[in-house]
Amino acid sequence: MSLSKHIDAEAIIEQSKEHHHKKHASVRSRQNQYSSWRRDEDAAATPKYTMPKAGINSKAAYQLLHDETALDGNPLLNLASFVHTWMPEYADKLIMENINKNIVDQDEYPAAQIIHNRCVSMIADLWNAPKGKAIGSATAGSSEAIMLGGLALKKRWQEARKAAGKDHFHPNIVFGSNAQVALEKFARYFDVECRLVPVKEANGFVLDPHDAIKFIDENTIGVMLILGSTYTGHFENVVLMNELLDDLQKRTGLDIPIHVDAASGGFISPFAYPHLKWDFSIPRVVSINTSGHKFGLVYAGLGWILWRDEQYLHKDLVFELHYLGSVEYSYTLNFSKPAAPVIAQMFNFLNLGFEGYQRIAYKDLRNARMLSNALDRTYFKVLSNIHKPVKKNFSLLSAEHSDDPVNYEAGLPVVAFRLSDQFKKDHPNVQQMWIQILLKTKGWIVPNYAAPKGAENVEILRVVVRETLSEDLIERLIMDILEIAESLTKNAGSIMAAVNVVSSSGGKVYQPDQTNARPEKDNMDGGDAKSQHGFARQC
Amino acid sequence: MALSKHVNPDRIIQESHDKDKSKKEHRLKAASEVHDAYGGRFSTSALPKYSLASKGVDPEAAYRIIHDELSLDGSTVLNLASFVHTWMPPQADRLMQENISKNLIDSDEYPATQVLHTRCVSILADLWHAPSAKEAIGTATTGSSEAAQLGGLAMKKMWQQKRKAAGKSLHEPGPNIVMGANAQVALEKFARYFDVECRLVPVSVESKYRLDPKRAMEFVDENTIGIFVILGSTYTGHYEPVKEMSDLLDEYEKKTGHSVPIHVDGASGAFVAPFVTPKLQWDFKLPRVVSINTSGHKFGLSYVGVGWIIWRDKAHLPKELIFELHYLGSVEYSFSLNFSRPAAPIIAQYFNLLHLGFEGYRSIGLADMKNARLLSRALDKTKYFTVLSDIHRAVGAHDQAAIDSSDIEDYEPGLPVVSFRFSDSFKQNHPEIQQKWIQTLLRSKGWIVPNYELPPELEKTEILRVVVRENMTEVLIDKLLADLIEVTESLSKSDSAEHALNMLGHTQRPSKHENSESNLKGGEGSSSSGTYARTC
Repeated sequence: MSLSKHIDAEAIIEQSKEHHHKKHASVRSRQNQYSSWRRDEDAAATPKYTMPKAGINSKAAYQLLHDETALDGNPLLNLASFVHTWMPEYADKLIMENINKNIVDQDEYPAAQIIHNRCVSMIADLWNAPKGKAIGSATAGSSEAIMLGGLALKKRWQEARKAAGKDHFHPNIVFGSNAQVALEKFARYFDVECRLVPVKEANGFVLDPHDAIKFIDENTIGVMLILGSTYTGHFENVVLMNELLDDLQKRTGLDIPIHVDAASGGFISPFAYPHLKWDFSIPRVVSINTSGHKFGLVYAGLGWILWRDEQYLHKDLVFELHYLGSVEYSYTLNFSKPAAPVIAQMFNFLNLGFEGYQRIAYKDLRNARMLSNALDRTYFKVLSNIHKPVKKNFSLLSAEHSDDPVNYEAGLPVVAFRLSDQFKKDHPNVQQMWIQILLKTKGWIVPNYAAPKGAENVEILRVVVRETLSEDLIERLIMDILEIAESLTKNAGSIMAAVNVVSSSGGKVYQPDQTNARPEKDNMDGGDAKSQHGFARQC
Repeated sequence: MALSKHVNPDRIIQESHDKDKSKKEHRLKAASEVHDAYGGRFSTSALPKYSLASKGVDPEAAYRIIHDELSLDGSTVLNLASFVHTWMPPQADRLMQENISKNLIDSDEYPATQVLHTRCVSILADLWHAPSAKEAIGTATTGSSEAAQLGGLAMKKMWQQKRKAAGKSLHEPGPNIVMGANAQVALEKFARYFDVECRLVPVSVESKYRLDPKRAMEFVDENTIGIFVILGSTYTGHYEPVKEMSDLLDEYEKKTGHSVPIHVDGASGAFVAPFVTPKLQWDFKLPRVVSINTSGHKFGLSYVGVGWIIWRDKAHLPKELIFELHYLGSVEYSFSLNFSRPAAPIIAQYFNLLHLGFEGYRSIGLADMKNARLLSRALDKTKYFTVLSDIHRAVGAHDQAAIDSSDIEDYEPGLPVVSFRFSDSFKQNHPEIQQKWIQTLLRSKGWIVPNYELPPELEKTEILRVVVRENMTEVLIDKLLADLIEVTESLSKSDSAEHALNMLGHTQRPSKHENSESNLKGGEGSSSSGTYARTC
């Protein structure tokens, strides 16, 4: 039976239950609950949206949730996400040992705090921060880190304007329309005007510094550059932006700082492209954020933000916390926070070292190149460019085809692709979105989405090649993608019928669990909701 | 192979490899030296502390180094300073481990986890008497800080919308928010980070060290975006009178037409009051309460890393704060300061809700209160100490003797927290003894019991505080009391070593061996305006 919104699935389930024994259900009947969860009918009738009056034993609760979470997808096959999903057994052990530790509780967990500080130092060193000057903090992820970076820019601008006796209520910030939604969130939540620089397919869907410069005025608190566009993995050109801003300062006296959102690239670039300039070696870069849980190879729940010098962090933003015998400083949006992810990050630093991270980055990029080359040879056009040799080394490459990523265009191990123009011409009825849906039936999550503002008409499929996507899996993926593309050319008609059902009912399928305590499309549409442009998906 | 003639995938894969693949010659080889089992090469050579080592060590050695170093951390059980819960049943541990790699935000991939998240929100909305659980909106956060900031931000946007609609300036004089000086620093952080003037209402002994609603009204004006009322002061565990505040604001609205909403910071109390004192009026039953936050990792009994915020209905969450996330076949909404976040703490929270049920939470809450009363009465009886918290006294009876009823309804509602100080008679007899020595000497026995000053206007009073959590059993209370008495008595004996220590003073700070380059130096931050800037 296909469900429509007129039919309430929960009501049907309720009606279909046998209720005759209900009046006998008493406290006494609950005493059976400790025998075996599978025979425990009370557990089966546990209320979902209100708190059960009496509980069930912990084994039963475990089993229920263990089984229910089996409906979640397999993290391994989730090629949509940059978030890392595997760590060695010993790391798991370490995390579980420390799962109840709170990183802000420095009285009680001083050793965890020292590990945190060392992580900051190591990352500062990795990003070429001036010695002894950098400060930074762990965050829950890059979103929090970006907001802290943006807030520091805003405060600095406000103080400068106040000192000059000028209006300090109308700040703006400039970044590419390919930005992740967190950047836009920062702007909206902190009352900063968001100036999105449209992108073009021609420059890889990333911000063009020449365009960006036109958006800058005296109220610009800073420019956010993205190291590793979420759409295609392209790096934005920090060096050029820096030069143009130097030039701007010469002409107008405006001193505009840069924040680099290196959520993914912060742990790829230093290892794969050690000579690429994007970090604190560029004077205008005042802060950088990254996600420990992306290519920092830790589980979800860890980001980092560093400033090149404490002078870029206004004193008002930093709170002093007094502890037994020492004073600590806090500049975060979260307070209590698990210590385990920070400890796991240090585990990786010790376990892998520079060469370990480099080895993994090389491997990810090698596998991404293989996938890119394979797709390019078939029905697809690859939009990412990490498989394209750098021109000056071309002759050397054809001879040796070196494994060193430096010989190719720099970028994240991401493969963004679309159906080739030829394919579209031959099969105008085929919608690219179907590939996403059909891959999902095979277990793969490969998202299909519109390119950022400025090139909205282009649809992109994207695969993130993480450590867990081995060469073997890539081969399987290629076969599955090709098989699907082939079948689309042949059976477009029947597949279209099936797929259209799935896609057109998207969001309308009645989902009882979604009607409770969550925003619904009907309630959220229209009104004074602002439109948004950033990359509003998981990444 | 099931594939077509047009394209041969095997061949394509062959062709797509980098060409030097056959040589199997990668420039980088794994560090191939054989390491000692214990700690690898770092068992004798220096551990790289401030920069990444060029070569790593194997996972076992990395584990061992970090594991051993972390043994310098304190014991989570003996940490009586923190409200953060530190124990879950082994089944919950297992469940968390299974789900440790899941990302809550990724609803394409982890729809079942999303459903559990939604259920938690519904359950809390229902527990806090939202007008309709279907209308309430909420989200998980990393903790109460994020949640309280979201609550404040929503109130700020509502205020901005009202001002814009009335054609008034948003910036002159600008928004303000009112809260007691006993607030946790996160609330003041909200004000400072989001450019809202922070109006701290001083607290007094008469106001039981917490917000005095009448005094708060002096701070309210047309630019007040809302009032943060704290359910469970971090200092003494007193609940702030939400009902009284709400009534006064009703009166104010009648007089002036300005409607000022209340956000309840129920970081600790929102998981205690509904179970232990269900009759107390503090939640969405009061129409003026527009949002409530709590920490799942405090009396929600989950591990650190989960907080909640619920709005009474959609109308109180401005749309501009909500971002749409498009997923395969559905649209999700995001209104949080973090994006990617672990799913495991949310699964653990739901585990508790399911496993304990109302009765389970109530019995744990009652046990915490009972143990806290035991400690309170015992401290009172020593005569060395005066107890400032009131949960062992009759309802409304401040500064009076303890009672010993077995019915929770007879007692003043509050958090299971015991705040105490040296009694006046002890201070008179031993004016030379500094109370902070109790903290230091208890620490040497393993206990963490913090000593700190009360909020502004009372900052001359120092208090010691014990949070009675689930794992603080009766036998530990017994041990703690014995140690407290021993420590106090040895301090007061003029020939003891402890007394000599006290006389020495204690101004010397432990030299910081590892003052990392990423640390600020003293005085480079800004102190809070008196709010509670410590762990809780």
